[in-house]
Amino acid sequence: MTKYVIKRILLMFLTLFVIMTMCFVLIKLLPLPAVREMGRDVNLIMAKREQMGYNKPIMVQYFLFWKSIVTAWDWGVGEQMYEGLSVWNVLINKLPYTVLVNLYSILIAIPLGLMLGIYAALKKNRWQDHLISTLVVVFISVPSYVYAFLVQYLFCFRLGWFPLTLESLDNASLFSAKMFRSMFPAIMSLGFGVVAGLTRYTRAELSEVLTGDYMLLARTKGLTKAQAISRHALRNAMVVILPMIIGEFIGILGGSLIIENIFAIPGIGNLYISSINVRDYNFFMALTVFYTFIGLASGIIIDISYGFIDPRIRMGSKK
Amino acid sequence: MMEERNLMNIPEEKFTFAQRDARIHDTKLETKPIGYFKDAWLRFKKNKSAVVAFSLIVILLLFAIIVPFVSHYDVSFRDGFYKTVLPKNNFFAQFGIWDGCTKKQESQGGYDYLHAIGQETGRTVVVKDIDHTVDANGLPYYTMKVDSYAMVGFTYANLSEKDYNALMDYQDQTGVQVIYPLQQTHKTNYVMGNAGANFWYKLKNEDATSAGEAVYDENGNYIPNYITSENKEQANYRSLRIEGDNGGEDGNTWYVYAQKNQSGYKVRVDYFEYFRYKNGVEPEFYFGTNIYGQDIFTCLAAGARLSFLLAFSVSLVNFLIGACYGAIEGYYGGAIDIIMERISDILNSVPFIVVATLFQMHLANKVGVLPCLLFAFVLTGWVGMAARVRMQFYRFKGQEYVLAARTLGASDARLIFKHIFPNSLGTIITGSVLAIPGVIFSESMLSYLGIVNLETSSLTSIGTMLSNGQGYLSTFPHIILFPALFISILEISFNLFGNGLRDAFNPSLRGADE
Repeated sequence: MTKYVIKRILLMFLTLFVIMTMCFVLIKLLPLPAVREMGRDVNLIMAKREQMGYNKPIMVQYFLFWKSIVTAWDWGVGEQMYEGLSVWNVLINKLPYTVLVNLYSILIAIPLGLMLGIYAALKKNRWQDHLISTLVVVFISVPSYVYAFLVQYLFCFRLGWFPLTLESLDNASLFSAKMFRSMFPAIMSLGFGVVAGLTRYTRAELSEVLTGDYMLLARTKGLTKAQAISRHALRNAMVVILPMIIGEFIGILGGSLIIENIFAIPGIGNLYISSINVRDYNFFMALTVFYTFIGLASGIIIDISYGFIDPRIRMGSKK
Repeated sequence: MMEERNLMNIPEEKFTFAQRDARIHDTKLETKPIGYFKDAWLRFKKNKSAVVAFSLIVILLLFAIIVPFVSHYDVSFRDGFYKTVLPKNNFFAQFGIWDGCTKKQESQGGYDYLHAIGQETGRTVVVKDIDHTVDANGLPYYTMKVDSYAMVGFTYANLSEKDYNALMDYQDQTGVQVIYPLQQTHKTNYVMGNAGANFWYKLKNEDATSAGEAVYDENGNYIPNYITSENKEQANYRSLRIEGDNGGEDGNTWYVYAQKNQSGYKVRVDYFEYFRYKNGVEPEFYFGTNIYGQDIFTCLAAGARLSFLLAFSVSLVNFLIGACYGAIEGYYGGAIDIIMERISDILNSVPFIVVATLFQMHLANKVGVLPCLLFAFVLTGWVGMAARVRMQFYRFKGQEYVLAARTLGASDARLIFKHIFPNSLGTIITGSVLAIPGVIFSESMLSYLGIVNLETSSLTSIGTMLSNGQGYLSTFPHIILFPALFISILEISFNLFGNGLRDAFNPSLRGADE
């Protein structure tokens, strides 16, 4: 097991390194963004770029890039936006918004999804199950931005239950109820998809498990239906469901680009979009690494968690 | 009740010989053999939701293909006056639905403004007066159901000599009044819509502070405030004159219909009729227009066409690449498999949005935005397909029939394409179909976020339409409604259709995910 984990992690860093290298080279091949002239000394900026090594060969720049990361955890400074500020600090400052919105949404969505999934599995092939399954297909298929528009129109404009924009930090602290209320439309829009996915998954797993012979045995030996389901069926279904939930938790770091854009949440996603739009390569590079890392890490953690949750699943075995 | 049976003593004459002359043989099978695809089709037919989804896809596809040909407008069509008008269909409008009407609350000035347009054009602007309230200051407010098309009323148009004459000829031929008399300029600062072209009536108060309240004659009608002249053919106007323009009491006071200026003539036109004159059709936008005055119906079809085109070509290319890649991986296995798997792993780990962005930054200027998007989808999109094919190959390559074919001397290529591949075709087709909604979603997301700019004069995409409408969600939700509805139906249909296909091809997988 340990050997497998180490191997996977090493492999992950190798993949990350390859992707970073490709991205760095591709970004550096692009022409530098033109210096906006308004009220600036162009020569000064050119000199600064020269000093930062922007005119050196790409491989030398790549070496310098790694050197500054390894020695000082320095990912460069903002060029076109947040000028002169450290990319890493800006990123860390934006992270709480993204994490918080996503965390709230999955904290609400996971119990809901599990409950609906269990309910549908228990009522299998009855009208409740058909209703839930149909809704699940609809909610999984409909793009998240469509809910976002719907939520925004209905709850923010028509009914006026929630404010349109996020509370600023001056008015409300990050964990206050006021902030939660202003985040709620985004939380809701993010949650629909998670609830639907989890419901479908739970229903499929649980109805599979419920037909198992050991369920019959459990009932035969005298357990009530509730006991049999909670002690045997749910536990076995969780083997598959839990890694998915863990995956959701890691995914909260990445967040959703489009939801952050629609609800103007000043998180990582918005930072990424603006870094693309204004062509700030330092931000773009750092965020690319960030997103890639999250994607890779969640894959590994999900795989490993299978092994921890159910020791019968032998990780890294040949078969 | 039951007859006693004596089976031992059946008389001999009761026996006859069976098939004494007939040849004994197997009857030929009457039914046709059911092959793999026939079998799948039979099963697919039984799945009601999948069949409905498939028909929906066909309808949406036909919509995307046909509408751009039959529509009176195209994507480049823009109308500055009929912008943000509501959906209208003349047939349904008779029954009071889909009629382009909106609820509006106005002060006395606005009330007069809207009713006056109705009086002058003879078309109903205020379909219904709903409510009338008085606020704390004693000012009245009216709630009305207003036709968003007729509300536009009049505009000033500057025509060249040629256009001016052509418009007059049109009036004479059709008998339709397009040009209306010019009105005297009001001193009030209160101006609503179209540079004051709709202020043709006398106001109660002509101060700069007037709130646009009108005076009525004894019948409750508005009193015209047109410019008059003794010259009947002022500015060479020789065409139809409106009712009531009969020379006045002295027989020598005529309304003025045009003013000559440096470039041609300034006229005041009824925009509804002017639109018909210019475009040949009555203004009627089935899904309304957006903030630029584009017809949403046509734009949606154009955007859908783009999405379909992209999704189908991506799916096809991914199918080809993925199938070959997966086949080689799965068939040969071993070191080749490990290396190829590593490559696809790395490609799969790059976030799609990064790939799309880098392609746009590098190649958009060289090969165009759309090919770039296609490349981006293809670069990473085939990985899933390859994995699927690889799995199928692992499943089938060890089976006896493959071994038998190999023993008989079949080449690798023959084994791959003739023996193993057809067996995995069902999975592959399902995978290709299920990939389509993903592509459509990603495309709309990228163009919504502005990472990919698909908006040109003759091109639009669903994502672009959504992002154009987002700022007007509170005031004109119809701009977003139709693209959002379209893409939702499309996604649901493709998912249901894909699931139906999967169940049809692999009945053992029914209900399972992936």
